[in-house]
Amino acid sequence: MKELLAKTAVRRLLITVGVVAVIELMTGPPGSNTEPIYGFSHSFGESSSFFGLFRTQRWVAFFCLALICWGIASVWFSQGPRIKKSLHDASAMPRRAFERRPVRWAALGALLAFALLLPHIETQPFWQAAMVEQISVYVLLAIGLNVVVGFAGLLDLGYVAFYAIGAYTTAWVTGALPTPPLFGHALNPFWAIPIAILIVMFAGVILGAPTLRLRGDYLAIVTLGFGEIITIFANNLYGITGGSLGSKLIPHPSIHLGPIKYDWGLAPVPYYYLTLGFIVLFLVVFSLLERSRVGRSWTAIREDEVAAESVGINPLKYKVMAFAIGAASAGFAGVITASQSNYVFPSSFTLSFSINVLVLVILGGMGSIAGVVLGAILIQTVTEYLSHSPPSGYQPSDLYIYLGALLVTMMIFRPAGLIPSRRRKREIRLSEVEHEGHLDEVLTGDDT
Amino acid sequence: MTDKIFDVEHVTLRFGGVISLNDVSLYQNRGEILAVIGPNGAGKTSLFNSLTGVYQPQEGKIIFVGRNGKPTSIIGRKAFRMANAGVARTFQASRMFSAMTTYENVKIGAESHHGIGVVGAMLRGPATRRDEKRSDARTNELLNFVGLAEKANTISSSLSYGDRRRLEIARGLAMDPQVLLLDEPAAGTNPTEKRELVKLIRRVRDDMGVTILLIEHDMKLVMALAERIYVLNFGSVIAEGTPEEIRANPVVVEAYLGTSTEKTDSK
Repeated sequence: MKELLAKTAVRRLLITVGVVAVIELMTGPPGSNTEPIYGFSHSFGESSSFFGLFRTQRWVAFFCLALICWGIASVWFSQGPRIKKSLHDASAMPRRAFERRPVRWAALGALLAFALLLPHIETQPFWQAAMVEQISVYVLLAIGLNVVVGFAGLLDLGYVAFYAIGAYTTAWVTGALPTPPLFGHALNPFWAIPIAILIVMFAGVILGAPTLRLRGDYLAIVTLGFGEIITIFANNLYGITGGSLGSKLIPHPSIHLGPIKYDWGLAPVPYYYLTLGFIVLFLVVFSLLERSRVGRSWTAIREDEVAAESVGINPLKYKVMAFAIGAASAGFAGVITASQSNYVFPSSFTLSFSINVLVLVILGGMGSIAGVVLGAILIQTVTEYLSHSPPSGYQPSDLYIYLGALLVTMMIFRPAGLIPSRRRKREIRLSEVEHEGHLDEVLTGDDT
Repeated sequence: MTDKIFDVEHVTLRFGGVISLNDVSLYQNRGEILAVIGPNGAGKTSLFNSLTGVYQPQEGKIIFVGRNGKPTSIIGRKAFRMANAGVARTFQASRMFSAMTTYENVKIGAESHHGIGVVGAMLRGPATRRDEKRSDARTNELLNFVGLAEKANTISSSLSYGDRRRLEIARGLAMDPQVLLLDEPAAGTNPTEKRELVKLIRRVRDDMGVTILLIEHDMKLVMALAERIYVLNFGSVIAEGTPEEIRANPVVVEAYLGTSTEKTDSK
């Protein structure tokens, strides 16, 4: 028995089965007062046939899942380096081709074309709405938070505040709040876009200037507090924000500018195109910034603030800049949400929302724009799919258990995210070296 | 009157009850290689940090004469402002941007004083591109100057100690400083690297006209390089003079070797 347990493969199997069993029990049917372990006992109930087991018995499915995970892990631990190397070799050609400019532009063009055609490929109303409300909005938030967390290395747990400010600004300028609108008369939500972006960036500066003097954990706590303050303000300032009832009807955006006349109505597809346009704009601006002097200064501050100061970089200035720039896309996302759904409520801007966006950034790859976009699209699509057509045995309230398990697994096997940014990956490796001390191994390791 | 670049008058720096610098007065002439020596804990690095705006001394005056020849007071100025005013430095334990390449490290120094802000960076206009070209050229020039051109694309944390020093010097020089402060540049280097370093530091002064202020434990290096030396002990200046004078000064010998009665049991 002891010898058997000493084998790594056996121990790994037991650990995997144990972890999966915990997830199975947590996500299983809930118990009741009279039968608190109903979920447990029920999941081991009788079944009429062998294949029936798979349909009715959750534990069978979960046990298979554990075996699959164990198999993958075993293969990975024994053959990992070889698989990595062969994958690396196999992808060398396409990667080299991808480094050439025209190829990259063509690939990006193809992706954009696909994004433009998507509403015509996927015509189900549910998915068309999800594309705007769940996917595009989260992509916007994730790329904005990526500027703050990924580029400048500032852990912001109150990012939802900027989203809320964007949404409330829309309500304000369109006259949907109890306060009189800006400039005295109500504007169309379309014009709320530039106003909201400016106000949100200004809020970023106001918020950042005092708080960004703090470092690390302290900053995270203060931003957490700020996120809460905004929600509480929205909830309690009845005369200004409408309190917990939210706003009156916010009109749909429309544009009447000379010959251009367009009304965004109830259908989600026009919003999709509007959002897509702004996503492309933000992506271009953010990636230009990343590769500019500003982006390099952010990296320098993130890696060693004292050294950055010694070469003349003003850390506070660049941090505030990151805060304000990162807030811009959240402000726009707020406008879209408010004007499409017609209402804003304080209850939609919660802490868990900030955490959600942060999870997308971490899973996608902090500091990597492509990774963050992919992460947001992937996670949101899967989440929407699960809520739209849930597989048997899935309960929506269990979503975060699965997401949490995914996050833990990712942090073990791919800590730098789906598509890691090169530099972040190097930083993670270097910090591991500091704790473990295999410098050569890390520095000679492949860097892709 | 000579052309002073630093003028430190009666500076006292305290951390709570601990006095780190006690009524220190010293000066440095422009174009001079000046060394500050002293036993561990004598306040050398505190002096450096006061000169670069990292620490704010409670008493005294520090005057720095920058590019424009106008004397400015340092105390109360932030570190990045001192860097922009022309005071570059290296650190005792090298501080590089360790996940960046050698080239990127130096480039950050080179572009630190460009005026292009966030909008320019976004739009990538002609001015931004011109600046970029200029800082690329400057980076290459400096990597050649310190002899790191072949290692331009190496991740900086995999450089040897000697190369890290060169990198730090190149990064400092990239800012076109008036004065370069070197905090124990010879720490952790081997004899060959040390000789190279002496040559390099001399070239920095002679070819680039940058004033050098040096903190060092390694007496050989100090004696080979410095034109004038200050000796600190327990936060106070105990001696000042040329290398020959310092070597012959009994007070210095005592500070380093202990009093004659203790000579046998202390270093």
